[in-house]
This record gives sequence, structure tokens and C-alpha cells, in this order.
Amino acid sequence: MTKQVQQLDRVIIRFAGDSGDGMQLTGDRFTAGTAEFGNDLSTLPNFPAEIRAPAGTLPGVSSFQLHFADHDILTPGDAPNVLVAMNPAALKANLGDLPRGADIIANTDEFTKRNLQKVGYAANPLEDESLSEWRVHAVPLTSLTVKALEGFDLSKKDAERSKNMFALGLLSWLYHRPTEHTIRFLEQKFAKKPDIAKANIAAFQAGWNYGETTESFSVSYEVKPARLAPGVYRNISGNQALAYGLIAASVQSKLPLFLGSYPITPASDILHELSKHKRFGIRTFQAEDEIAGVGAALGAAFGGALGVTTTSGPGVALKAETVGLAVTTELPLIIVDVQRAGPSTGMPTKTEQTDLLMAMFGRNGESPVPIVAAATPSDCFNAAVEAARIAVKYRTPVMLLSDGYLANGSEPWRLPEVSDLPDISEEFTTTANGADGEFLPYKRDTETLARPWAIPGTAGLEHRIGGIEKADGTGNISYDPNNHDFMVRTRAAKIAGIDVPDLEVDDPDGDARVLVVGWGSTYGPIAAAVRRIRREGGKVAQTHLRHLNPLPANTGEVLKRYDKVLLPEINLGQLALLLRARYLVDVISYNRVRGLPFKAEELAGVIQDVIDND
Amino acid sequence: MTELVNGKGLSLVPKTDVKQGLKDFKSDQEVRWCPGCGDYAILAAVQSFLPELGLKRENIVFVSGIGCSSRFPYYLNTYGFHSIHGRAPAIATGLAASRPDLSVWVITGDGDALSIGGNHLIHALRRNVNLNILLFNNRIYGLTKGQYSPTSEVGKITKSTPMGSLDKPFNPISLAIGAEASFVARTIDSDRKHLQSVLREATAHQGTSLVEIYQNCNIFNDNAFEQLKDPEIRDDITLRLEHGQPIVSSTKAAVRAANGSIEVVARDTVSADQILVHDAHNPDPSVAFALSRLDEPAFEHVPIGIFRQVSRPAYDVLMAEQLEEAVAQKGSADLSELLLGGDTWRIG
Repeated sequence: MTKQVQQLDRVIIRFAGDSGDGMQLTGDRFTAGTAEFGNDLSTLPNFPAEIRAPAGTLPGVSSFQLHFADHDILTPGDAPNVLVAMNPAALKANLGDLPRGADIIANTDEFTKRNLQKVGYAANPLEDESLSEWRVHAVPLTSLTVKALEGFDLSKKDAERSKNMFALGLLSWLYHRPTEHTIRFLEQKFAKKPDIAKANIAAFQAGWNYGETTESFSVSYEVKPARLAPGVYRNISGNQALAYGLIAASVQSKLPLFLGSYPITPASDILHELSKHKRFGIRTFQAEDEIAGVGAALGAAFGGALGVTTTSGPGVALKAETVGLAVTTELPLIIVDVQRAGPSTGMPTKTEQTDLLMAMFGRNGESPVPIVAAATPSDCFNAAVEAARIAVKYRTPVMLLSDGYLANGSEPWRLPEVSDLPDISEEFTTTANGADGEFLPYKRDTETLARPWAIPGTAGLEHRIGGIEKADGTGNISYDPNNHDFMVRTRAAKIAGIDVPDLEVDDPDGDARVLVVGWGSTYGPIAAAVRRIRREGGKVAQTHLRHLNPLPANTGEVLKRYDKVLLPEINLGQLALLLRARYLVDVISYNRVRGLPFKAEELAGVIQDVIDND
Repeated sequence: MTELVNGKGLSLVPKTDVKQGLKDFKSDQEVRWCPGCGDYAILAAVQSFLPELGLKRENIVFVSGIGCSSRFPYYLNTYGFHSIHGRAPAIATGLAASRPDLSVWVITGDGDALSIGGNHLIHALRRNVNLNILLFNNRIYGLTKGQYSPTSEVGKITKSTPMGSLDKPFNPISLAIGAEASFVARTIDSDRKHLQSVLREATAHQGTSLVEIYQNCNIFNDNAFEQLKDPEIRDDITLRLEHGQPIVSSTKAAVRAANGSIEVVARDTVSADQILVHDAHNPDPSVAFALSRLDEPAFEHVPIGIFRQVSRPAYDVLMAEQLEEAVAQKGSADLSELLLGGDTWRIG
């Protein structure tokens, strides 16, 4: 029997199961196949902070959402078209996000009385009428997997472990994904355990064949490749892109990279990634704490390295004093803050934009620091290079903001040509700059106000720097009131004078009256919402801030050009506070702090409301 | 057999042919410690010691934290970094780990190193980066004007402890040995010859060397180490630690105690072969640790000298080796190749 094939322009799948069910791997593999097939895509992993919460419980549910399309997309999607639920907890935890009519593929083997009780189901939802508004495909994934692996010399438990590959096979059939890629991956992953590799491949193929033969699935779906800009692509997560951006910054600045870091969710993967690339001369130092991480990075910067520290909000709080030292010693330093839900420990695996004001003001004294924020997972690469450019050129610490959503989310990335990357190198100072042949460590470049960067090992330029206020020029300790006032203002002027590009506005017809402003990871959902409004004939302009400090010179002019300015943020209005204070513009805030990215539909509704109330 | 004393501490630091003198290491800054402060003696000892090393002056860096002692770098005509409270070991670690061609020194005090910076100190010691840490121990907080410190004796009456301090002090030597330090020594501000002899060994040592220097704060804790300076009794209570030599003062000797530890007895009550011979190179730190406990609780007999001096791979050397090994295994780096790694596909 030939099954019906239906064409779709986009699909959102969510794989959900217990933390131990391998849902992140399943999602990754489906993503890789989808990327290879040529769809545009965007992903959203969502997992608990606990490594292994009790099996089968709601806190233990781990999920991976993938949005793929035949056109350019901007978000991992609002609501899944398909939910793969590996157990009752996965169903219960995700059902609320599932629109009526969506498909549910449920692993019936796990819907036992005990598992149902664990999550408070009095009756089996697969057997009563409670799911009648969805299309339920009840599949005994575990027992089918065990059956498919009968010929293998495996314990039942080991065989059961391959059920995620069976599910992947089934979904791969359902959406016409190529299979070669996954088979190759499994062969490589289990190269040292060929029996396990074979078993997983067999489970994967059994899942595919099940889709092909069973009557439970009468239709399969095809999503044509997207027409993206020509180039070479790879799929990349924000953390990996950020690590690659730092490597590129090291190459383009001709400075050896020194990373001082302490493991913290969701930033640790940057440390992991950079530690793999020692042949680039990268030194990765896992410090005893957050303070030592940034301290070592600053010490390395004093010695002429590109000093970097990577962390999340709680770590930034601890590093504040050292960042202040970098401000006053005017040394290049990059502080990467992969923001997560706070305050305090908050929700380590959930995303937020709540560290903006800490990045801006979270130090004692007048201690301005430039801030650069990444907009999408692949944009973390560009943002890292830009942060390094500013740090090196102006001899200043720079805050580079990412967040949990960007860090773990992924998208296809059109690779830049290395020859197109900017040269961000600066010369070390090697000669005296004083009138009498002496070296003045605080005699500034007249244009950038940057001080000379003379590193140890340079004869004749021996000098001392430190946290105590310095006399202009000589850098000697100074308590002179007027000198301090001058130095405070000069440090502020240096940061305020950083060359950042003007803000660009997307306003196709030039007649919108409402402007949506965003920063950081809200770019995707805002842009998707703006598209929806325009598709319906609405008029709305969009602009996105990469530089939060200093703000682009035309920011005030852009804001004042529109009748209304809407600013969605995953905080309680932090950028809004800055824009209102700075430009006296009555910014309309939209704030949700749920640990999750905005949904495009949600923002489209908010924008429409603002337009309608005009 | 692994070498016990590596002597390679300065092997990667460029030498100069120019003859140097004390004045080459004096900066143009006016020294501003209280008159009579022990820091002057230490500064003079270091300034007159550095020329002996014959290093290019520009390859020497002094890093300090916060406190009276931490003003030290300003007075030396080398590179210097006066940082923030307690963090000098961390900052120096980043510098030394990325620049093996530098002689990196940390100047710290008992408050800076053992209170706020305790964590960085112990990790620097276990990590064994090539650093010389000089811990000026005056058993008091000087710069904040006289509160008790983590090395002050129990019951210390200060502004913040009018009824006496309650917490037991750290013994910096015990702490360092406990943290697996590869070089641990104690000396005293007033004995320039001894101080410089310890610095000589500390700079030759590849790895982290910790030198505790008893330093007198004549304003807030005057005469804290007076017994060790008093000509009447100092030779009696000072146990000189010299590798391969018996551990004795003029009248006392260290011997094995019945309980397996070490005790100090009158020298004339034991025969020469009963006296403990100092082995600073012993890989087992337990004897060095036992020696460090001898001055507890008061200055009845105080070991002075190098407690422990063992060869252990330095962190910065190992780190550089990993970088070289990575190039040897995978070839030198290419950014395009990195970006194109993994699964790529072409469109158009």
C-alpha cells in the first residue's frame, strides 16, 4: 500500500521524555538530519537542572523542540504540531502547550498504573476520552524496540535503552528525513562498541519500518528544503558559536586567548568547547571559583593575552570587583554572561534577560562597561568578535550578554569567509611616550582615549598599575580631588565615545507608527511577530539593539520618530528604564519572566493591541 | 628517580648582561609605610637581592592584593600590579600561566592571603604555578587600623575584639603544607641574610613557593616577634632548618617523640644520632607538617628556614606542554578549517 504524502510548509515537533530517555540526543539527531535535508530550522532544548530527577516524575521531564520549514524561520515555534511523549509525565507536562488537533505519539509501554499514579492520572488518558481533541498514536515503543533487538546479545534493559532511536526512526519516516546521517553518527558514536552501534541502528530502522507498515500512520509529511542565501551552512548552538567567535577574535586580534572560568549552567559548554582547541594557543583555566576565573583572565590580559571569563548571572555578581579593577586599570577583558533565571540560583536551566542592569551598573564607583548582546544562536559568533574588538581597541572590560535560550538553541549558520572577518589587532606600546623619555601609562590616544598597552617584557616601560586612583598621565597614586573628577569623567567619556554602528530600522514602507524595540535573544520572536502583523496587512517597524552601552548615536532620534515604542523584554523592564531615562521616551513595556522565550503569536497579539489602541 | 630539587624556577626568564645594582630596582615613588615598619627591611632585602638574579628587569612582575604590604610593587622599578583584596594569587596565576618568560612574585599579608584570599592561596599552592609568594605575617590588620587577623593569637584584644578574639589562628606553614605546596619556608624581616638565602631557593624553585616572613607592625602589634630578635634568647628558641643538618637551636634539639610526632628537648639530654636531621626534600609532607606545629602555641621554639622543597611539575609548564602536544597531534590551527568542521552543507 502506498501511503499518502502531504506537503507542509513548516512543522514543530517536541520530543519529551524522562531525563534518562535520551530526548536531547534524539532531538539533536533529528535536527542534524533536518539540517542536512536543507530545511531552515530552530531548536529549543528544555531540561531540568537536576541531572536525574526521580524517574517518571514531572520534574524529571526533559524535552527538545524543533521547528523546521521550507522558508526562513526565526524561532523554535510556539506550539508543537507533534508531541512525542515517552511516558505519562512527558504527556502531562507538555499537553498544555499542544493545540487541539495536534498529533501525540505516546509510548504505551510506559503508561502503567504506577507511572500514571506518579503524575496524578487517575485513569489512563490513552484509554479514556480525555485526549479526544488530539490525534493520538498509541505505540508500544519499548516493547517494539525490545522485539526488534531480539537477535542481539543484549539484556532487556540495554535493549529498552534504544527506544529513543526507535522513536527517531519513526519520526524520520513520518517527515521524510534522510537516514544515512543518523546511521553514520551511531557507527561513529559507538565505534568502540560495535554491538551497541548495530543495536541502535536496528532500532532506528525498525522505527522507520514501523511507520512504513503500520496502519496507525496513514499519512507522511514532506517539508521541502528552504531557499536560504547561497553559502556553506552548519547547524550551531549559541554556546558553540560564542566559543568559535572567541577563537576567531583571538586569531583576528593576534592575541593568545586565555579563558579563566568556573563551571556554571548554562555557560559551561563554552569552557568545554574552548578547551578542545588548544592548538590555537588557547589556554583554558578552570579556576577555583568565579573570582579566580576573572582574576586570572585579567592577569593574563596584563601580560598581553585576550583575557576572557565565561559565566552566568551569579558568577557576574562575584566577579564585579575584578571587573571594576579592569575598568580602572584599563585592560582588555571580555566577561561573557549567559543569563539565566534569577535571583540567586533561580532556575539555572531557564532563560532570562535579567542581568542587563547588573552588566550596566553592578560595580562600585563610576565604572562604565560597554555591553554587547547576541541576537540569535549563530549571532553569538559575531557578538564575540565585536566584544573583543571593543575590548582591545579601547582597553576596557566588555560585557557580552547571551542567555540560556541562545546558549542551547541552535539554527543553521551560514559560515563567514575568514577573509571577511575584521582585523581587530592593536599594537602593543614598545616605546616611551613622555617628553623626557619616560613612559606614561595613562597618557591616552587623543581619539579613542585608550591608554597604551605596554606588557611585561618590554624594556624601558616598566610601570605599576592598580586599583587606587591614578594621576592622569603618570598613573602614579593620586588622591587629588580634581584629578579624580577628571579621571572619572575621562573613563566615562572613553566608553561613551566607542564607535558603534547606527541603529537600523526595518520599516518596509516607512509609514509605520509603532516601533518594536528589542535586544538580545528576543530578536527571533519579535521578528516573527512583526512578520505576522505585516502578513495581515498591519504596519509595524522593528529595530534591535546589539550595543546596550554605549547605545547607538541615533537611538534617541529613532525612538522619537514613532508615535509608540513597544519594548518586549524577559525581565521587568530593564532596557525600558534606561531608554526612558536617557531619551525621555514613553516606552511601552511588555514583560514576562517565565524562564522561556516569547512566543511569536503572543508578541503579535501585543503588537496588534498597541497598534489598535493608537 | 625524579629529581628532588629542580632549580628551574628562572630557566625560562631572559637574563641580562648588564650589571645591576640596588638602585636599578628602586622606583621613583616615595615609600610610605609607617616609620619603623618591618616592610622597609623586607623591601631593602628584596631590592638588594634582585640584582643577584641577573634577570632582565622588564621580565619581573610583582603582583599584590590589598593591605600595607601590598603597596610593595609601587616601590620596585619592575612591572607591577596592585590589585584587589585577596585576589593577587589568582591574577598572578593568569599572568604566570600565560607568560612563562616572566618571574612573577606575589606580595601579600596575613589578612590578604589567609582571610579574604584564603581560597586563592590554597589553590595556587596545590596547582603549583611558577610563582614566588611572599606572605608578610604581622598577625594584625594594619591598613584598616588594628583589627585582629587570622594569624592573631586567641584572646587578642583589638578594636573589633574588646573582650578578646575567639577564633583559633591559622598556622600559614601548616596550611601551605596541607595544601600540597611544593616549597614552604619561613623567615624574618630583621634577618636580611636569612631572608635572602630563602629567596634564593624560592626563586630557583619551579612551582609555587610560599615564604612566610615574620614582619613587625610597630603601630598595632609591636614586638610580636620580639623573642626571635632578642639577642638574649633568640639563638635558644630558633630552630634552624637546613637540609641535611640536625634540627637544633643553641640549647635545644628536635627528636622523634614517643607518639610518632616530633618534640623539642634540651640538646644535652640526647645523643647526636637521636637528633632529627632535616630532610626538606622528603616527598612525604608529614614530617614537615609536624615541624610546622612546633611553635604552637607560643614562641618556645620556632623553626625558621625551608620546611619543604620538593620537585613537582609546574602548572604553567604542563599547560604549555598540552598546547604543544595539541599542535603535534592535530597540526597547527586554521580558522577556516575549524568553522568548516562538523556537518556542513552547501546551498546555491
